[in-house]
Amino acid sequence: MKNLFQKNKMEFSVIGAFIIIMLAFFIANPTVFLSFNTYKAVFTVLPITIILTVALVFMISSGELDLSFPSIIGLSAWTFAGLTKLTGNPYIGMFAALVVGSLAGLINGLLVTKLKLSSLVATLGMNFLIRGFIMIFTQGFGISLLFLKDTLFYNIFVGHIGNLPIQMIWGILFAIFAWLLFNRHKFGAYVCYIGDNTMSSKEMGIKVDNIKILTFTLVGFTASFASIFVVLINQMFWPTAGEGYLLVILSAVFLGGTPTWGGIGTIVGGLVGAFIIGFLETGIIASGLTGFYTQFFFGLIIIFSLISHRFAGLTKK
Amino acid sequence: MGTHENLLKLVNIGKSFGNIVALKDINFEIGNNEIIGLLGDNGAGKSTLIKIITGVYKPDVGEMFWKGEKLKGYSATKAREIGIQTVFQDRALAEQHSLWRNIFMGHEISGRFGFINIKKQKEETKKLMTEIMGFTSSAVTPDAIVGKMSGGERQGVAISRALYFNADLVILDEPTTGLSLKETKRVLEFIEGIKERHKSCIFISHNIYHVYPIVDRIVVVDRGKIVGSFNKCDISLEELVEKLYLVAESGKMCGASEAYMP
Repeated sequence: MKNLFQKNKMEFSVIGAFIIIMLAFFIANPTVFLSFNTYKAVFTVLPITIILTVALVFMISSGELDLSFPSIIGLSAWTFAGLTKLTGNPYIGMFAALVVGSLAGLINGLLVTKLKLSSLVATLGMNFLIRGFIMIFTQGFGISLLFLKDTLFYNIFVGHIGNLPIQMIWGILFAIFAWLLFNRHKFGAYVCYIGDNTMSSKEMGIKVDNIKILTFTLVGFTASFASIFVVLINQMFWPTAGEGYLLVILSAVFLGGTPTWGGIGTIVGGLVGAFIIGFLETGIIASGLTGFYTQFFFGLIIIFSLISHRFAGLTKK
Repeated sequence: MGTHENLLKLVNIGKSFGNIVALKDINFEIGNNEIIGLLGDNGAGKSTLIKIITGVYKPDVGEMFWKGEKLKGYSATKAREIGIQTVFQDRALAEQHSLWRNIFMGHEISGRFGFINIKKQKEETKKLMTEIMGFTSSAVTPDAIVGKMSGGERQGVAISRALYFNADLVILDEPTTGLSLKETKRVLEFIEGIKERHKSCIFISHNIYHVYPIVDRIVVVDRGKIVGSFNKCDISLEELVEKLYLVAESGKMCGASEAYMP
């Protein structure tokens, strides 16, 4: 038991932080936090944060950064909505969206490995480029998919089991898949070795470029998967779809305990980080404070998390 | 295969980078169960030679033979496949990771879908460390983080990784650099262990005092050429040191013509 704690102290410290935050909210406004509707509201959108956060744990652990996923969400959402409207078949729309998102990730990967561009700047550029592309061609107009409501497709992805939004199950399943890939599979191991020491990885015969390209493609794929939920929840595509996720997701990754320097990461931490981020806004407003306080508490919690990680022994070598 | 046949043979190997000649007319061989010390100053061509042997660089001219067979389509991956393991100067470790991950880095024990057999890797690591390498330190457990080990232990990990995969030829590039006296002694013992295991080893260093006691033969590289090769039984440490000074001054080695050249 002590050993388990020792090996996973980062995860335990994040879970501890989450419990403390939830207790504080509960004490501040027990009525709201005793009602399942509060959780239902949070669980409606939380899976998007979960899916993106666990994918970004791979990216940060590999020592690279992807700032373009918000625009990839937009591009995939547009592809999904546009093709679904055109064909009347959401399955075709979804398939195309997943392909487009993965391709965008692949292009990021090729820019970083083959042209040796800095991932930070290359994906920053891609973020603007893709968003600009969407804006030019949609002229700022959205696409309504109201006809999807209560279809089988809709119910598979954003329906309910009892009172629970079904997308929460998708989010948790995705997190389990990511955990297995990260902790038990060669791919996750190579991602971490490359982030730890690229030259060592090369010398030990790991195909560094291929793994990096796959990681960027994984994030692109994940962004497009998340875009399906983004569109379905509102049955509407807006050209701004995905905007606003960038800093929130990165915050969830870092406060979850994945360090900024690469080489190691934690999927469980990322999952809990996503929960903290997901409940924060609701909790602050339920506690009787105005929405003006949200950003302030966001910042406070991020800074405190990083300090607590330092005390938990997470230091760069 | 008898112990006197050669394991690896390089014939007339040459390599240039632009108009800089890094290696010229290199003829080199290493036999079974032989330990060779490769000596030379910085920039002499040792590293280029090693990178050619490990498949990292392709030579411009010349041929290479492994156990009598000519090597074709040679690469770093191929080198490991045929049984050449290298302990690189930087040790090639992922220091934020555990020992059991590092030992199998890039060569994981995994099933059909690529999932790592963690239990097996931990068991094998434990066996390798205690039974084979004789580590007694409590810091060296399969779950220990490599970055928290001492320099000597880390070097030991890199060496044991090379030995685990049962290589016929282990190449060690400057394995004693940056180590304390005690740690250096430990590394030199590891290298002697390679000999006891009936494997061969190329030990690269610029410190003759580390090389001389444990090798069978010394090969001296200078300005891209092999300028001397001595069986240890034919030369004393003092004589060798004297000859190395001569090389440093003139680029030629006295008595090099009598030296053993394949």
